Formats: sequence, structure tokens, C-alpha cells
Amino acid sequence: MRRVSKFAVACTVTAALAFTATACGDSSTEDTGSDKDQMKIGMAYDVGGRGDNSFNDSAARGLDKAKAEFDAETKELTAKSGETPADRETRLQSLAEGGFNPVVAVGFAYKDAIDKIAPKYPDVSFGLVDSVAEAKNVANIVFTEEQGSYLAGVAAALKSKDGQIGFIGGVDLPLIKKFAAGFQQGVLETNPKAKVQIQYLSTGSDLSGFGSPDKGKAAAKGMLDKGADVVFAAAGGSGAGSIEAVAGKPGAWSIGVDSDQAKDPALSKYAATILTSVVKNVDAGVYDLSKSVHDGKPLTGTQAYSLAKDGVSLTTTGDHLKDIQAKLDEAKKKIVDGTIKVKTTL
Amino acid sequence: MKKFDKERLLLGIAAPLLAIVVAFLVTALVLAATGKAPFNAFGIMFDYGLKADSQVYILNKGTTYYLAGLAVAVGFRMNLFNIGVDGQYRLAAFFAAALGGALTLPGALQIPLIILTAMIVGAMWAGIAGVLKVTRGVSEVVSTIMLNAIATAIIGYLLQQGRLGHLDEAGTKISTTPLPESSRFFEFPTTPTPVWGFIVVAVVAGVAYWFALARTRFGFDLRTVGQSGSAAEASGVDVKKMVVTSMLISGAMAGLIGMPTLLNDSFEYSGDFPVGIGFTGIAIALLGRNHPVGIALGALLWAFLERGTGKLEFEGYDKEIVGVIQGVIVLCVVIAYEVVRRYGLKRQQSKVGAELAAQAARNSDQQEVSA
Repeated sequence: MRRVSKFAVACTVTAALAFTATACGDSSTEDTGSDKDQMKIGMAYDVGGRGDNSFNDSAARGLDKAKAEFDAETKELTAKSGETPADRETRLQSLAEGGFNPVVAVGFAYKDAIDKIAPKYPDVSFGLVDSVAEAKNVANIVFTEEQGSYLAGVAAALKSKDGQIGFIGGVDLPLIKKFAAGFQQGVLETNPKAKVQIQYLSTGSDLSGFGSPDKGKAAAKGMLDKGADVVFAAAGGSGAGSIEAVAGKPGAWSIGVDSDQAKDPALSKYAATILTSVVKNVDAGVYDLSKSVHDGKPLTGTQAYSLAKDGVSLTTTGDHLKDIQAKLDEAKKKIVDGTIKVKTTL
Repeated sequence: MKKFDKERLLLGIAAPLLAIVVAFLVTALVLAATGKAPFNAFGIMFDYGLKADSQVYILNKGTTYYLAGLAVAVGFRMNLFNIGVDGQYRLAAFFAAALGGALTLPGALQIPLIILTAMIVGAMWAGIAGVLKVTRGVSEVVSTIMLNAIATAIIGYLLQQGRLGHLDEAGTKISTTPLPESSRFFEFPTTPTPVWGFIVVAVVAGVAYWFALARTRFGFDLRTVGQSGSAAEASGVDVKKMVVTSMLISGAMAGLIGMPTLLNDSFEYSGDFPVGIGFTGIAIALLGRNHPVGIALGALLWAFLERGTGKLEFEGYDKEIVGVIQGVIVLCVVIAYEVVRRYGLKRQQSKVGAELAAQAARNSDQQEVSA
């Protein structure tokens, strides 16, 4: 009995302390003021953050450009794996409270957090990359990955000798399936007899498929062994493995993603076999939003960075596309004027 | 006797305290090595961590961590290393979310149903490892690691459009159907942000854990098996049954881990549902010495560190520093417990030795007298 009461007392006291303290303490966000003179841009990255050589880095380039141009103060926070929606809300809130405007959330995982936080700070402009939120002070920076991938598909179909083409997706997320859908459509509409093998490196919450060059290499090797001669890897860091494997097979081409991978210092030695890269210009989205806030006319609503606006594009490093450029331009024109509708799901 | 108790309590508190102090010293060295003023950093952490909204965050996050710690501790008490808590809670939360999204019952019915589903799924998943251990002698460490990977694959397979997932309008986020409003768990209306009502369930779970282990025959059997399987077997405990039962309980407890997030925060299971909390639970159970109050303190400390370092990142410190502190604390705790245990053992031995010597001396005195 003695131990019961001791335990109960300990519990009650702890709980009571916690709650009273909660009720009467200061809020961490009350005492911060904002400096109106200098522009302050806040960035909330997805897992990986600056230095991931991919998606986040592209956003960081936009930030750096805006920072230099507007002499802005910047603050960059990064998501950790295993965090809850509450962590993302905290991150956005601390930026908004800290006087940062705009606050850019990089990655669709921030959607729910933006939904909750943006209405609380109507004077702050928020940017949300890769998703769509409803609040009025949010600019939804979305990309038509499927259009860029369609063009890559056209290029692959034209460059392939016997129409055996591979697609490697990092993780089977809807975003990656957009790449797959556009790519497959582009290949098949150019060469109906072609065959696209689609493979994902990991599934669901197992995001290792974005960071495992060994898995990318093994998957690409499997496809090459089955006769593929063009492989498009939309797989973040795993793509390096695919590019390496493709370089080992004479006459085969690889297609990169996110940034111009033929110019990547680690991959430039394979540049001769990198046909092109499907680039998603997240930097343009971040820069445009920052500029609009700087000019006093903040962007809101859905800002689609489509092929028409060069939000997605194919790189031409190495001039490997020269002989088929006319056909690519034609396909691009058709997508832009709406003759070709590119699917976003398989 | 009472004095001995007090000493044990003192030794019990000494270990984690020693560990935390050493951990902070080591972290201070790391911070100094990165060229930042360490004590300034701690100042920022404490200052920020004690603010009202930080307290709410710590309680909410601590709720999840506490349940994770309990789930792991049930196994630890039995000498079972349930690494599979991670897969168990994710699978449990996923199926609970899918069921909750599909039904629209009154909350009083639906919430218990969701929680029960989670506990059953968690228990079943852990039970596989338990059955494999007693029938085929498969180490639960190996089987639960494998089951984690399988759980990831199952969720990845089912959380697809056309199966149990549905795509948002931007076409980038896939999640289960959101729970209806009625299935949201209550909140304490604290300012500036509410404290999740699930903390009540966590406290109840903690009391149940303590009661079952300390006050029931089952708990006694469980601890006995944990200390020596063969001795327990000899005294009539069905060890195999105990292994399966405790895996089931550990799994059911793991099923609760995802519930605060699901019922108080996200209301759906999507690709960004928190992962890896099962492993955090291992650290917290170690930190709390498998004691219900100790685990609670460990969980709150863990949440505090995460909150505080979020601010550190904002202030320009490296965000990795929290991982360093957490890792160092766990290491220090394990070492400190061993050091304190040996010290306690030595003290006990010398005491017993002294008492025996005194007794022997008394005896020989008596003998002399009688002689």
C-alpha cells in the first residue's frame, strides 16, 4: 500500500507541475520582434537538406540567388527523419515568428503543416513546393515532372536501337510515378513497339531507394542484361549507380534527373553516356516567390512551373540531343499548346 | 532494512544523473570542438525548452515516446529484445487508420475500436516472433528485424492508389482516408497549443505496466524468467507460454505508439507518418531502467532534447548536435548503470563480509566465555 501511494503521489505531482507550468509560462514565440528593414527569407527543407545534390539543393540555389540579389538575411532549417507533423509545424512557426517573409517549405510533406500555420500568419507569404495548400497567403510551387519526363521518353525512344528502355524509380511514391507515367507515355507515343521496364528501388516509408547507388547499379545492370539500352533513373542519389552501370555497356545511354548530372563533379567522367537530364527548376520557384515578396506583390495560389515556363526542361550538355532536337521541339510545342496531354499516373 | 532501501534508491538515482552530467560534459566538448560556446547552447536549450509551448510539445511528444519505452521494457524485463516495436507500431497504426477512415461510427465506439485494432495488429505482428522463438528457436532479435522490413513492404504495397491509399489533388501525397471528426481524441485546452488527450491513456498504460509487473503472479513469473529461464522452469513456470505472452503484450503496447499521432495530430496514415520511434523506445527503456516512472522521465528528457535542439538549429548551431547528445546519453547511461551496479555490489559484499566477521567474532567470544 505504501508503494502505491508513493507512486500515485509522484505521478500526480509530476502531472500537476507540468500543467501549472504550462498554464503560466511564457510562450517561446511572444518575445520575438521582426526587423522590417531587411528582407528575411526562411527555408524549411525536406529530409536531407542543403547538400543532397538533388531536390533540396535546387531550392537552396534559388535561395542563394535571392539572398545575393536582395541582400536578404536567410535562415535554413531541415527536417529530420522520423518527425511528426507537429515538428514541421514548429519549424514553420518559428520562421514565421522570427519575422521571416517569405517562408518556403520544401517538399509535399509540409502540406498539412502549411494548412495549419499559414492562416495564423496572414501577413507572411508562404511557399509550398510540390503540393497544394488552400490558404490565401500560400504560393503553391508545383512542377509538371510528367512533361519533362515525356520529352525524356521521346528522346529515349529515338535513341534506342531496339526499343528496350528502362525506368528506375527511387521509391514508389506518387511523385516518382509522375516521372514514370510521363516517361512511359513519351516512349510509347514515339515508338509504339518499344517496351518500358519500370522498377522501384524501395517502397513506402523505406526511403533508402533515394540514397543507395548500389541498388541503382544493380537495377540498371538487370535492365541492361535484359537488353535495355536507355535507362532513366529518377532516384535521387541512387541514380549515380545507374549512370555508372550504363556507362559500362557500349552504346547504352542514361538519363539523369533533378540537376544536370553530366556536370556533376562525381559523374562527369560518364558524361559521354549521359544523354540528358530531366531538370526541375525548384530554384526558379523559390527565387520568383522571394522576388515577388521583395517587390511587394507576393505570389499566391498555384504557380505551375510547367514546360511552357521552363519549370521543367531537358539539359543539352554534350550535345547528344542535337540530331533529334527538331523532334523534341515538336513534342514540346504539342505539350505546350495542349495537343498532347501527359498523364500523371500510370 | 529501511536504511538499505534508501541507499538503493540513492544508487538508483545516481546512475542516470551521473550519465546525464557526463553526457552534457562530452557534448560541451563536441560543441567546443565545432567552435561554438557550449554553455551558451545549453542556456538556449533550457530557456526555450521551458517555455509554455515547448512544454506542450514535450508532453505530446513524450506521450508517444513513453508508450514506445513501455513496449520495449515489457520485453526487456523478460530478457527479450523486441527490436520489432518499430514495425509493430507502424503496421498497427496503418491498419487502425485504414479502418478508422472506412468507418463512421459515433466517436465513443469508433475510438476504442481504432485503438483496439492497433493493439491487436501490433500483438499479432510481435506474436509471430514469439511463436517462431518457442517453436523453432529463432532469436527474436533476428525475426523482429526481418518483420520490420516486411511491415514496411506491406504498408508500401497497401498504401497505393486503388488499394487503401488515396492521392491528394496535387498528386504528390498518398494517405489513408482521413478519420472522421468524431474519431478525434479529446485535447486539454491549454494555451497556446493543446495537450493531447492521449497522455491519459499513456499514464493508464504506465500504471497497468507497473501493476502487472509488481503486483501480479504473471509479473512475478515474467521477472523470474527474465532473471533465469531455467530456474523459472524448475519452479513450474511455463517459459514458452511466457515468451509468447510477453511478446503479445509488448506488441499490443507497441500498437499504442502510433495512436497519439493518429488520433490527436495527423488523423491519417500517410507516407510521412513518423518512423523509427521503436528504436527511440529502446533508448528510452534503457534510460528509464524499465521502471514506469523512469521511462516517463526518459521520454520527457528525450522530447526536451529534440525541442531544445530545434531551437539550436534556428540559432545557427549544427542540427546534428541533438543526435550526438542523445547517443552520448544512452552510452553514458549503460556505462553508468554498470559502474553503479558494481559499486553497489561491492558495498553490499563488504557490508555482508563485515557483518559476518562481526558475527564470527561474537561467536568466538561466546565460545571463549563458555569455554
